[in-house]
Amino acid sequence: MLAALGVSSMDDLLIDIPRSLRLSALELPAGLSELETMAQVKSLAARNRVFADRLTFRGGGVYRRFIPAAVAAVTSKPEFYSAYTPYQPEASQGTLQAIYEFQTLIAELTGLDVANASMYDGATAVAEAAMMAHIHTGRNEIVVVGYLHPEYLEVLRAFSEGRGIKVRRGTEPNSKTAAVVFQQPDFLGLLVDAAGLTANAHSLGALAIACVDPISLAIVAPPGEYGADIAAGEGQQLGLSPSYGGPHVGFIACRKDLVRRLPGRLIGSAHDSAGRRGFVLTLTAREQHIRRERASSNICTNHSLCALAASVYMTYMGADGMRQVAEVSFKRAHALAERLAALPGWEMAFPERQFLNEFPIRVPKASAVLRKLARKSILGGLDVHRWFRELKGVLTFACTEVNDARALDELVEALA
Amino acid sequence: MTELLSFEKSRQNAHGPRLPEADVESPGPDDVLPRELLRAQPPGLPRLSEPEIMRHYSRLASMNYSISEQFYPLGSCTMKYNPVANEAAAALPGFTDLHPYQDEETVQGALSLMWRLEQALCAVVGVDRVTLQPAAGAHGEWTALRMIQAFHRSRGEARTEVLVPDSAHGTNPASAALSGFRVVEVRSGPDGRISLADLESKLSPRVAALMLTNPNTLGLFEREILDVAEIVHATGAMLYYDGANLNAFMGICRPGDMGFDAVHMNLHKTFTTPHGGGGPGAGPVGVKADLVPFLPTPTVERMNGQLKLDFKRPKSIGRVRSFYGNFGMLVRAYTYIVAMGGDGLTQASLDAVLGANYLRHEVEGLLEMPHEGPCMHEFVASARNLAPRGIKALDVAKGLLERDFYAPTIYFPLVVPEAIMVEPTETESKATLDAFAAAIKEIVRQADESPETLHEAPHGLPVGRLDEVATARHINAYLQGQSEDPILRWKKAP
Repeated sequence: MLAALGVSSMDDLLIDIPRSLRLSALELPAGLSELETMAQVKSLAARNRVFADRLTFRGGGVYRRFIPAAVAAVTSKPEFYSAYTPYQPEASQGTLQAIYEFQTLIAELTGLDVANASMYDGATAVAEAAMMAHIHTGRNEIVVVGYLHPEYLEVLRAFSEGRGIKVRRGTEPNSKTAAVVFQQPDFLGLLVDAAGLTANAHSLGALAIACVDPISLAIVAPPGEYGADIAAGEGQQLGLSPSYGGPHVGFIACRKDLVRRLPGRLIGSAHDSAGRRGFVLTLTAREQHIRRERASSNICTNHSLCALAASVYMTYMGADGMRQVAEVSFKRAHALAERLAALPGWEMAFPERQFLNEFPIRVPKASAVLRKLARKSILGGLDVHRWFRELKGVLTFACTEVNDARALDELVEALA
Repeated sequence: MTELLSFEKSRQNAHGPRLPEADVESPGPDDVLPRELLRAQPPGLPRLSEPEIMRHYSRLASMNYSISEQFYPLGSCTMKYNPVANEAAAALPGFTDLHPYQDEETVQGALSLMWRLEQALCAVVGVDRVTLQPAAGAHGEWTALRMIQAFHRSRGEARTEVLVPDSAHGTNPASAALSGFRVVEVRSGPDGRISLADLESKLSPRVAALMLTNPNTLGLFEREILDVAEIVHATGAMLYYDGANLNAFMGICRPGDMGFDAVHMNLHKTFTTPHGGGGPGAGPVGVKADLVPFLPTPTVERMNGQLKLDFKRPKSIGRVRSFYGNFGMLVRAYTYIVAMGGDGLTQASLDAVLGANYLRHEVEGLLEMPHEGPCMHEFVASARNLAPRGIKALDVAKGLLERDFYAPTIYFPLVVPEAIMVEPTETESKATLDAFAAAIKEIVRQADESPETLHEAPHGLPVGRLDEVATARHINAYLQGQSEDPILRWKKAP
């Protein structure tokens, strides 16, 4: 190739780089064979302690759930994972249709009109939802009610600060509030009065943003039923492994009149001149590559492959399957809560509140409890005192369909 | 070939999966929860059997072009081959089954991987520390700008402007604006490089940073980068590096040595994590010492032979996403770096530059080349020479699809009319590059002989050109209440 270019060495092609900038070599070890590479990577994996699915009772936004084999069988197809953003629709119908189906599935699940093609995670989805409300209402204040996931709150603050938006928690919304943000169920697993919070927000001219758990929506009222304007959340439970926190997938859905405020990609249906239906990226005039500094979000791509996993999961499980796992999780969590609350010194932290599959319980010596469980290879509840000063000694335990009845026995026996 | 939607294939009598029962004596949600908290209508999800679902997605997969089957010379996107060993590494249960809130002593392998990846990225780009938290390139840009903003504020300086070249990617001005900065554009000179005169005229004590990619989006190395750095720093502003084009010079030179203070990297471009049809990516940001106190929390730190997550960083800009970034993508990038080593990464960049220059040479004379070579890892051609035949860059792109190539990036950068931006990457052979050049030659001939058939391209794909304008019009009708069909989702016909 050098000969075809009429040059004698690579240096002739790199003439624009000042000599003083040229490196002699990278300060990195030399390359390895696949055999040696994998041995090194596997040795790192082996230095992590993996708790069995059935003995994992820790949630806090990331949950162990049954993942049908169909999910990996689809997402490991290189036609999906090694394609890029579908700029050329004729050669990207697979991705486009899959994401159009994802948008429909999320809209159905949340009971709202339209969903976008996905977000990075639950935290950025909530933050972007709040930015939508800020732009839509022209107001500069976001009110967070109750126990929103503390990391979502941190990300919301980081997003807001650059734009001069105030985020308040623990105060009542008022006529300057752009949106009221609440989580259903909340970070501790407790159900909130979503309909009441929504109505209150609306009475002040603010939007209501519901941060929701997608599996819970098989049982509890979705945002569309109680009139919330935007639903946002984390889709990890829809077929994605914990993977030390990512990659997962955020989702965002809204009412019809907010569609133009949606961040990120949107796929719409279209037709070619022969009348065949296909799918295209649409309403791109909202996005950064057209609007540049006037765009309302800088999000470029999303988490397409994770959205694909979620689509396969929801299609595989169907409404009945999702309801079944939600119910099994609910029943096991309630059975576990009853048994744990009967242990000496243990009591439900909010006995008057309803929950689904995760609940806060006050225990004597939280760290000792967790150590004791770890010795029995059990990943116990999450110590939430780390984020909330008022919750000293409170652990949240999560149950899903993977924690079989025997696993609950083992947990309780380990504490006896 | 088209494929019905899963919703359209749904049938009431399809059996869903068999799932376990609760096996505990406990009431269900309908017994415990008040009615107003319960869902009134089940969600309208499709009902299909497993074989129907698998066939559905296999057919959809066959409708995609991808790196695994096609040459994908999408300029600026660095669509290089995704080694399958990366996928095997990320699928190890020792990584996939880790809960993000496990105690630090149980995740030393994961923290060690993050630590080593950070060290490797520091070495490649020449910075002091790296945050692995941002989920994508645009997210990384915004993170870097927030740090730069926090740095200036910590010195009591309210700098409100960010300079962005006119050839920049759209995320640059968007990220700057979303951090609360006013965006000021800097013009390119006639040679396609940043104009020093224009830059100097726009610098002032109000400027917080200049955002630059090098090589720029035209694939040209900014020869005067050291002068740029000097005049920017002299005004107290910082220099931000958009890492979209890092694949051009790994092991050859480093943004840190050029004077950049903050550098974002796209692991899905330079470090071969798959693009996934549009994510997940990962957009780590490297910074020089001045910006280290402002890194997002947590960082990974070494203390007494153990690795720890450090949450106590009083000057930090806070958290930019949940947990610690797209960890699964970090595993893939780390695997790639270990396999390639310093020598392999350097060779990759050299090959990328060679391939781009070779292809540029082969295409020159067929398409216009608005700027002098040599280029770095990509080049921008223009289809302006085909305009007299009524042929546009879009037609060339569609003609390539018809010939089993994915199309290059078109109409970007905005400073070149009818732009066709080609980035072959190091993983393509000479035979592939020759075949691509031959396809361009054929398209140019077709433009001359039968432009109307080129207007109708692509033939033989699942669909022909789709009427995007009609789609936007139908969405408008829906949003204005004149139609029941949302277009943005499937809805059962009434």
